Amino acid sequence: MNALRKLFTFNGGVKPATNKAESSRDPIVRLDQLPLPPQFVVPLHQSVGGIPQPLVTAGERVLKGQRIGGSDGNFSSAIHAPTSGTVIAVEPRVMAHTSGLTMLSVVIEPDGKDEWVEIQPLDWRSMDANAVRDWLRDAGVVGLGGAVFPSHMKLMAGRKTPMKTLVINGAECEPFITCDDLLMRERADKIIAGIRIMRELLGAPEVLIGIEDNKPEAIATMTAACTANADATIQTIAVPTRYPAGGAKQLIRVLTGIEVPHGQRSTDYGVQCFNVGTAYAIHEAIDLGHPLISRMVTIAGNVGQPRNYEVLFGTPMDFIVRQAGWKDDTNAFIMGGPMMGFRMPAFDVPVIKATNCIIAASPRLFAPPPPEMPCIRCGECARACPTDLQPFEMYWHSRAKNFGKVQEYNLFDCIECGCCSYVCPSHIPLVDYYRFSKTEIWARERQKNAADEARVRFEQRNERAEREKREKAEKLAARTAAARAASAAPAATTADSPTAPEAPAPTPAGDDGKKALIEAAIARAKAKKAEAAGTEGEAPVVEKPVRKVLSEEEKKALIDAALERAKTKKQAAAEKPVTEE
Amino acid sequence: MLSALLVMAGLAILIGAALGFAALKFKVEGDPLVDKIDAILPQTQCGQCGFPGCKPYATAMANGEADINCCPPGGEDGIRKLADLLGREFKPLNAENGVEKPKSVAFIDEQTCIGCTLCLQACPVDAISGAAKQMHTIIAPLCTGCELCLAPCPVDCITMKPVEETVDTWKWRYPAFQLKPVAARTAA
Repeated sequence: MNALRKLFTFNGGVKPATNKAESSRDPIVRLDQLPLPPQFVVPLHQSVGGIPQPLVTAGERVLKGQRIGGSDGNFSSAIHAPTSGTVIAVEPRVMAHTSGLTMLSVVIEPDGKDEWVEIQPLDWRSMDANAVRDWLRDAGVVGLGGAVFPSHMKLMAGRKTPMKTLVINGAECEPFITCDDLLMRERADKIIAGIRIMRELLGAPEVLIGIEDNKPEAIATMTAACTANADATIQTIAVPTRYPAGGAKQLIRVLTGIEVPHGQRSTDYGVQCFNVGTAYAIHEAIDLGHPLISRMVTIAGNVGQPRNYEVLFGTPMDFIVRQAGWKDDTNAFIMGGPMMGFRMPAFDVPVIKATNCIIAASPRLFAPPPPEMPCIRCGECARACPTDLQPFEMYWHSRAKNFGKVQEYNLFDCIECGCCSYVCPSHIPLVDYYRFSKTEIWARERQKNAADEARVRFEQRNERAEREKREKAEKLAARTAAARAASAAPAATTADSPTAPEAPAPTPAGDDGKKALIEAAIARAKAKKAEAAGTEGEAPVVEKPVRKVLSEEEKKALIDAALERAKTKKQAAAEKPVTEE
Repeated sequence: MLSALLVMAGLAILIGAALGFAALKFKVEGDPLVDKIDAILPQTQCGQCGFPGCKPYATAMANGEADINCCPPGGEDGIRKLADLLGREFKPLNAENGVEKPKSVAFIDEQTCIGCTLCLQACPVDAISGAAKQMHTIIAPLCTGCELCLAPCPVDCITMKPVEETVDTWKWRYPAFQLKPVAARTAA
């Protein structure tokens, strides 16, 4: 069947040395074969979407699998305690991110009992699809291929097109990484169980599992698992080994021939793509009730024995690398593969949901890059680009910080696979330029939105001020009109009703009228003052003019007193730390 | 001869009428250039340019009455954009108007605040919440960092705090070749 299937190709791509043999020799080290680290640091923000809110406080005891971070809205994912123990702190700690910045984290000291919170599997077949999605959100299931996109958001068919094909990504094209390979070899049945749940949620009639043909064992076990399940709609397909065949859009292209255009999603074409690790996590979350608290991580590079480990999130990276054999000339960790990975700011940053591989780097293994030479416009990068972009043009405009032009060359279609940098004869770190441009454009967009919002608020404020002014003037006009009518009434001795205020407000009245007005106002103020002195206050509107009549000196004295009080307070606050020291 | 003149005159009248109609029909309200300039300005409404807000400054620039280098919050970047839009030469920021500072937001020391509402009245974007004799506080995400609330405060309880970078707002550094600083040679 596989042999008959027509495969498609994508343009570009490269074939770097795979370096996968060393770490795929031995089976995965299971959780129960590993000691617990002395401390877990679990960052609350591990996936795309809103930052989860902490649900625990320092000093609290938590159980394994207990939710410690609640998802912030639907486009977010929950975080769980990796083991039982005591929460030491909820504070910012250095995150597994190139920037070396901190992120609010829950620090847990394990008690060694590894006691599970009460868990129960979900009877998903008799439940509403949305309830199953909510369950996955609260179980913290995100895409484990590296993009960490909340899975429950992806498990929805497109609105216009019915779902045709579910693509399961087992290609694992990046050098050094073998965690998906080993997972498929050892836990194929569980992956298939997860795939069945996903297929049901998406309503996809066909499932294609794409695996690069340099993993014959994984292909064999997955095919065997498919036949054992006697399900002809789930097929394992070997795809040619070429980096980046494991990119979602590239794998969809190779398996189905569909090229997802710029600005559209694969669901618009009835295709959705998931990583095998995600399928496994979904099976664990639903059939066993285990939230996502661990994943397979390849430890490779400058270590004694490269191998795959099942690692709890929050484990310090150096702890797990020491299990594989630490070498002294290790100078940095790279999270992810050598093509797309990120250099970590420290050795003890925690393993997070996106950590598929930790490469211990040493000067011997990764020599410092040769100096960057000028671009000679040879076009090698354009030939290697799997998304059919023109990397040299994007580089040129990024370098000149001409961000409008970079976007015209479709910068945001770049998947940062690193093929262009790999083939560049001038050793230009092209992807770094694209990352620089992307973050810069995002920052500018944020700034622009903030400025637009500020403008709206400023205009609204001005409008409000204008309106208040107008209303005040109208009120005053009405009052003066009423007062004039009242004062004119006794003078002219007309017995007509003087209560109705006349519309024309400050008409150019004669001197007598004006004088009468002022007198009336003074009389009113006096009367009010007397009233205020005698009885308690009236309506707040009436109170204001009374205040104004208060002598200026009194007012000043009040303000001075307030100032004095504030000053002494400030001084006291400033002196306090000094005396304490 | 006469027919040619008539034809030309007729054409002129026809085209004139069409143009007149189009001018009325497609009349643009307001000055689009002012809006374009206003879109570039950072909307802090701080008045450092010498005009009472961003829009007046934009209007002055559109009329050629103001220079393009008077907006410190917009910084060098803003000047470049204005130079592009208006077809003028780039100029460095006029030091008389102030200096470019990192983005900051105001912070009220709530222990010292006496609740006088003076800052509330000064804030151009309604980013301060509070009432008379009630403690005031800055709504940080709305604050543009214009510093207009600093001066009116009678007890000096407002300070500017630079906005810290987070993992979400972090920007990848410009991948230029880094020159290593060499220690300056001593006199010996």
